[in-house]
Amino acid sequence: MSNKENTALDLFTIVQKEELNSITKKLVIYAPDIAAKAQAGQFLIIKVHENSERIPLTFSDWNKKDGTITVIFQEVGFSSIELGQLKVGERIQNLAGPLGNPSEIHKYGTAVIACGGLGTAVAYPVAKALKEAGNKVITLVGARNKDLFILEKEIEAVSTEVIYSTDDGSKGQKGFVSDLLKDLIAKKEQINIVFVIGPPIMMMVTSEVTRPFGIKTIASLNPIMVDGMGMCGACRVTVDGQIKFACVDGPEFDAHKVDFKELIQRLKCYIPEEKQVTHGEGHCQCHNH
Amino acid sequence: MSQPLNKEKQTQNRFKAVDIQRQEPKDRVKNFKEVVLGYTEEQALAEASRCLHCANAQCVKGCPVEIDIPEFIKCITQKNYEAAITKIKEKNSLPAICGRVCPQEEQCQQLCILGKKGDPISIGRLERYVADVEREKGITVPKPAAPNGKKVAVIGAGPAGLTVAADLAKLGYYVEIFEALHTEGGVLVYGIPEFRLPKDIVKAEVDYIEKLGVKLTPDALIGRLFTIDELFQNGFEAVFIGTGAGLPKFMNIPGENLNGVYSANEFLIRVNLMKAYRFPEYKTPLGIGKKVAVIGGGNVALDSARSAIRLGADKVYIVYRRSKDEMPAREEEILNAEEEGIEFKFLTAPTKIIGDEKGTVKAMEYITMQLSEPDASGRRKPIPIKGSETMMDIDTVIIAIGRTPNPIIQSTTKGLETIAGGIIVVDKKTGKTSLNAVYAGGDIATGEATVISAMESGKTAAKSIHEQLSKKQ
Repeated sequence: MSNKENTALDLFTIVQKEELNSITKKLVIYAPDIAAKAQAGQFLIIKVHENSERIPLTFSDWNKKDGTITVIFQEVGFSSIELGQLKVGERIQNLAGPLGNPSEIHKYGTAVIACGGLGTAVAYPVAKALKEAGNKVITLVGARNKDLFILEKEIEAVSTEVIYSTDDGSKGQKGFVSDLLKDLIAKKEQINIVFVIGPPIMMMVTSEVTRPFGIKTIASLNPIMVDGMGMCGACRVTVDGQIKFACVDGPEFDAHKVDFKELIQRLKCYIPEEKQVTHGEGHCQCHNH
Repeated sequence: MSQPLNKEKQTQNRFKAVDIQRQEPKDRVKNFKEVVLGYTEEQALAEASRCLHCANAQCVKGCPVEIDIPEFIKCITQKNYEAAITKIKEKNSLPAICGRVCPQEEQCQQLCILGKKGDPISIGRLERYVADVEREKGITVPKPAAPNGKKVAVIGAGPAGLTVAADLAKLGYYVEIFEALHTEGGVLVYGIPEFRLPKDIVKAEVDYIEKLGVKLTPDALIGRLFTIDELFQNGFEAVFIGTGAGLPKFMNIPGENLNGVYSANEFLIRVNLMKAYRFPEYKTPLGIGKKVAVIGGGNVALDSARSAIRLGADKVYIVYRRSKDEMPAREEEILNAEEEGIEFKFLTAPTKIIGDEKGTVKAMEYITMQLSEPDASGRRKPIPIKGSETMMDIDTVIIAIGRTPNPIIQSTTKGLETIAGGIIVVDKKTGKTSLNAVYAGGDIATGEATVISAMESGKTAAKSIHEQLSKKQ
């Protein structure tokens, strides 16, 4: 059973490849069944070759008509480097998805999306869905410098307003996304919900900004996963004192209840082994987001 | 147990089982190759010759799938191995697997008449022998019935799903198995280690099922990629859910999320499914320390402990809150583990896991238990002994205290009745769920059980599906 119509293409063939910046690549992959079902906030598990790891990956877009999904990733660990080496016409051996619960999209009123790094790729479909649901969407995007922004045009097209920040001041305000959010609150913007999507440390800091004001804040978590389907428990996170599995209970949770320190500690679990396979090229195993 | 067989033993009396060859403990702790090496032809013939071929065979009553055991053993004594395997396969599509992992000592062999005066017939070893002989020669696939034009969807390619698929394919159904992982076999590939069940054997059994005409679709998580309603909309007339045991349980003690604490599921998935024992050739990492505590007393705990010792741990403990008598693991595997140097700490329950400044495990605190008098159900409850808290030096903890059903299908299928914890409610006699033409079996319908009981429920469901769909024109 499959929605596959174009039999000329094998499942999971790469139909387009693009380098978005020095550290970020984009692949458009033929996966019609996944494209038909994908929703904002969900993720994929990929295994590039026979001997590869299973790693979680987020998709930034999908096209039901062409039967394709778009993934954006940084080559930061062995498996993402391996993925980056694939060429147009080659195929990924295994691709499972869409996984996880979709984002809860309602007409909230004003929705702020605070995103940074690769989280921007995850944020794009969330912003789009929120806009389509009739929200005023303010997107705050952070990066280390102006060359590292991705999907600027796309994000601008689906946001009511986009505000940028960079660590070095090369684009937008100098500082962090959390500073942009502080300013927005100080300007008395009536915010109904905030989505924070990015590196865990950024999500931790940004969700602290909204806590004193009681603004509902959702974080999209990115722990280590193996199966991604509720079997291994590697992705367990503590939310409100309870163990939750990001793959089946999430990946989105109430940011004010997430133990981010624990998440950050657990993401460091495989650094020694990662070095062993990458011979020191990779820095971490934060594959997702 | 580990001594090779000598001639004398083969001519021994009817009441002594022919021993089976195993890798020596000192060798096998250094590799992941199969521990039990199997019978030679001579040994199989000697063992088979002990069978009394009872007219009213008790062993058959102990077999969940009712294999005609005396008959297949008789075929062995006549050296007609093809007839022997054909006889088994009338009832069981996965004999090489069942011969290895079925708890025969609690089933067929427990009822064997010879067992009253000596050793029961080694039915499992003989089943394995004929299945291995067949595989080495090349498996012959029976000609399926003419296609009947009816489509059945099977969710999950574990023992239950594979059984349903094989039985229905033989009857002429078009069967498609949707497997969420990248490879078929379910617990046989992600759970049971290579040294107990080599993966090329699972592969051969899956290939056999594919040759029966079953379509295998990996990477398909039903509930997300397609819902059960969508399967029906796409022309499937019945659906079987065999999605297995699912989410790992944790103990809810401090320190469980420290680095170095694994669920047995994660540990075994990394080792078996992802082949982390061949890292870095296979890219999945697995950090294993020098002192490992495995929590639990079942087969999963033993599989984890025996994997850990093979991965190079200096010391591996099984930490179990009851005593040896209450251990749910197979006796044979307990013995194997003891021979491999696993240390058992009985009446011991972890209370706290302690980490270093980096959030990595460095110790575990436990409390000593004592067993209560048997309660009304005859079970002795472990009770903590106050003030007996003790610290042990540990750098890896593997938690093997069970699993709860995966919630994805239940939460995406309207009207599918479940009981507390998410087990799907079925009629035991038919495998029917609360939804029309939706059947379930294996651990998702029974809670955690054995490979053979999953197969039994698969057989039941296949029969009911055939009955339901035959009536329908």
